[in-house]
Amino acid sequence: MAQVIKEKIDAIEFRILSPAIIRKMGVVKIITPDLYDADGYPIEGGLMDLRMGVVDPGLRCRTCGGRVKECPGHFGYIELARPVIHIKYIPWIYDFLRCTCSDCGKILLEEKEIEKWKKRLDKIKKTKGELAKWNVIKLISQKAKNAKVCPHCDAKKKKIRYEKPLTFIEGETKLTPIDIRERLEKIPDEHSELLGLDPQAGRPEWMVLTLLPVPPVTVRPSITLESGQRSEDDLTHKLGDIIRTNQRLFENLNAGAPEIIIEDLWDLLQYHITTFFTNNVSQIPPARHRSGRPLKTLAQRIRSKEGRFRRNLAGKRVNFSARTVISPDARIKIDEVGIPIDIAKELTIPERVNEWNIDWLKEFIKRGPNEHPGANYVITPEGKRKRITDETKKQIIDELTYGYIVERHLMDNDIVIFNRQPSLHKMSMMAHRAKILPYRTFRINLCTTVPYGADFDGDEMNLHVPQTEEARAEAEILMEVQNQIVTPRYGLPLIGCKQDHITGCFLLTKKDTVLSREDVFTLLSQVGIEKEIEKDSLSGKEIFSLLLPDDFNYVGKTRTCLKCAKCKEEKCPHDNYVKVVNGKLISGVIDSNSIGAEDGEMLQKIIQEYGNSFASDFIYKCSLLGISYLKIIGFSILPTDTDLPPRAFEKIKFILNKSEEKVRELIKKYEAKKLQAYPGRTVEETLEFKIIEILNKGRNITGKIVERHASKDNSTIIMATSGAKGSLLNLALISACVGQQALRGSRINKGYTRRTLPHFKKNDITPRCRGFVRHGYKGGLDPFEFFFHAITGRDSVMDTSMRTPKSGYMQRRLINALQDLKICYDGTVRDAYDKIIQFQFGEDGIDVTKTDYGQINVDSILNDVLSREIKK
Amino acid sequence: MEKKKLDLFAHIWVPKHRIMSEEEKEELLKKYNITLQQLPRILVNDPICKELKAKVGDVIEIERDSPTAGKAMYYRVVVLE
Repeated sequence: MAQVIKEKIDAIEFRILSPAIIRKMGVVKIITPDLYDADGYPIEGGLMDLRMGVVDPGLRCRTCGGRVKECPGHFGYIELARPVIHIKYIPWIYDFLRCTCSDCGKILLEEKEIEKWKKRLDKIKKTKGELAKWNVIKLISQKAKNAKVCPHCDAKKKKIRYEKPLTFIEGETKLTPIDIRERLEKIPDEHSELLGLDPQAGRPEWMVLTLLPVPPVTVRPSITLESGQRSEDDLTHKLGDIIRTNQRLFENLNAGAPEIIIEDLWDLLQYHITTFFTNNVSQIPPARHRSGRPLKTLAQRIRSKEGRFRRNLAGKRVNFSARTVISPDARIKIDEVGIPIDIAKELTIPERVNEWNIDWLKEFIKRGPNEHPGANYVITPEGKRKRITDETKKQIIDELTYGYIVERHLMDNDIVIFNRQPSLHKMSMMAHRAKILPYRTFRINLCTTVPYGADFDGDEMNLHVPQTEEARAEAEILMEVQNQIVTPRYGLPLIGCKQDHITGCFLLTKKDTVLSREDVFTLLSQVGIEKEIEKDSLSGKEIFSLLLPDDFNYVGKTRTCLKCAKCKEEKCPHDNYVKVVNGKLISGVIDSNSIGAEDGEMLQKIIQEYGNSFASDFIYKCSLLGISYLKIIGFSILPTDTDLPPRAFEKIKFILNKSEEKVRELIKKYEAKKLQAYPGRTVEETLEFKIIEILNKGRNITGKIVERHASKDNSTIIMATSGAKGSLLNLALISACVGQQALRGSRINKGYTRRTLPHFKKNDITPRCRGFVRHGYKGGLDPFEFFFHAITGRDSVMDTSMRTPKSGYMQRRLINALQDLKICYDGTVRDAYDKIIQFQFGEDGIDVTKTDYGQINVDSILNDVLSREIKK
Repeated sequence: MEKKKLDLFAHIWVPKHRIMSEEEKEELLKKYNITLQQLPRILVNDPICKELKAKVGDVIEIERDSPTAGKAMYYRVVVLE
């Protein structure tokens, strides 16, 4: 096992590499841009020199003698013909140049002042720590750079400008890196410290490079393509460019070439070295590959989402995982996941051979990698991997003994972890039981779509196979779907019945539903209940009761409960009082308030009393019962569901006309200056509020009319009242009136001067000029209404598309900040250093999943305990 | 104009603060099996610390109203920074 180092890091200090260190750590001086000789062997003094480490198998490093994975690599160096500025130190160099004298190198401050600042800096460092010194340094440089004359040698100081990206200009003349380096050399140590560069950490002149370290080959390995051709890393290419220009510069300098040529080559060298460090500096064209792709140089390797941190250190690729499209399967249990057989043959589970399973595992090897419950590899006790093929099968079976590991195919009932991005939840990753199925998609039960936020319009999901017994046990206990039914957010089941399941159960448990013996048995066989039924016919409620445990008691209400002042309880005329006594549904219809996902109260009670596994089975059976019943009676929605009788249309028209009339009167009153303003509001604002109020009232009445005229057996209404899908508002929108379109909380008030469209008069604030849509979707919007509707529609699309990434980033930051908090056994919340964050989790130490809506319901506990006592 | 000092504790959003005695401190550290460094912190130049004249190393007991638990106790150690 790797040795664990337990030492706390106090601080990390970065320093500048000095030329001396570069030379010392370099094992080779690189002098030629060529990589390999004619035989493909690395050239000595080339970029692939064997002294810098090895990447090809078979060769040995000439510095340490290590083989491919043993040698960590060693640096080389390039001697530059002329010094070159390091792009990343430009802000520092600029500061140094401006704040020091060009003649004597001293900081442009009086001797006395220098002493003063020095003392202040020391004091700050001692009392407030190393980081606080930067504020003082900023002040010093601010002071020094404004001096016109050097106080030490009286030399006049010219203004130095920095011109992006790489030039410094003094007065009219350009400063070459040689000039700059000379000046930086003159700065005394104690003065460079005042400008923020600790003399311990380095000298200012080291910011201008004279030697360039060459990273080891292991940092920039070359890849051999299939065609046998070698492809070099981007860094190697860049280094090649640097050496080539460097050499040409050397040659021209020795030959005494004209200044222009030398200058050009110098600039080119500067460009190559700059892009070697970072390849996306503004105003410097990025260095490109032959194909036109920008090179990925040093800074690009580290930075941003694709960089080393976020790509390789904060997240990694994994083996034993799969990804495909998901599709629904109502007949798969909610804790199962359907896995395509092709995937099952690829994903394996290591099984150690022992006395009891050897014969069983031999069967797998016999079937081989291509027949489903087979095996792909065996691992010998020495750790050798052997692939199972038709040829090796026999031999492997013969040699198989205890201690071998067989990597067998994934089979039914294996534990797998299933996930859908974005993983915002703990429920976004749950453990399922595998079920191997034909075809090519993952299959999940519809009830489990809620926690994942999945639908089937092309969503893909990921699957992971835990490889050890510990991992499987942990996944089973902590992550299995059953144990995730109740959400820790507000303590109600997140997994429950949806859509057709609810519609079915709703219709089945209605007051007058009676099923014949035949239908009853059809239903029960579909759901999988085995029970003797003596009666000739059963009511819907009796059938639903068959799913409930015999000692289950529950009282609740449906979502359509009118909340009468005096509840008639079981005799509720609308059947809104749900009562279960000893496992028999006595009154009330079952709707989404009882068994639905995200608000099923009866479901929550069942979870509390009978446990997660029972509840998961119950949800599965409820869903099957609902679907099966719909299959018997037939259920479909039609465009005619949204039809209204002519009488209702008349009423709606009348109501809307009346509210428009009211608005007109109001406007008249306003124009006559008789309108009374609300306190703290202007008259105009008051008018606006009143208009909105009138229009909303009118729209609401049309909604009521739709509700009143809807027949009870209208499928759309059934779905709305049962809570399966849609609402009465949706229906009113379609058949009656869409209503006021709002933009930023007010009526639409945008476009031309004092009007929304050129078709209206200026200052006209009647409903239709400000985005009131009086038609329903079905009746059709007129052109103005259509336009206003499009405005709000576009606005909401824009809003969602800008909010999602913003809130996503916020979530990411929160997760990063909170990821290693834990609840300890003493109830405290602590971080990774065992520092206390909360003294009681949530201040009350309550696990929300085990409560009624985040609170402990003392009454129901009392009731339970007392009734049990009485029975005794 | 004469400067009026604001009474911090009169404000409805400022919960009860109290400096704990040495014995209470000891007991608290023992109860949670922690060292002083593991407690949540509060700066010495926090207005409340100035008001209470708390010194570095003191532990302040805060009694807060909590929407979930009614009353909740919180402890913070006074630190320099």
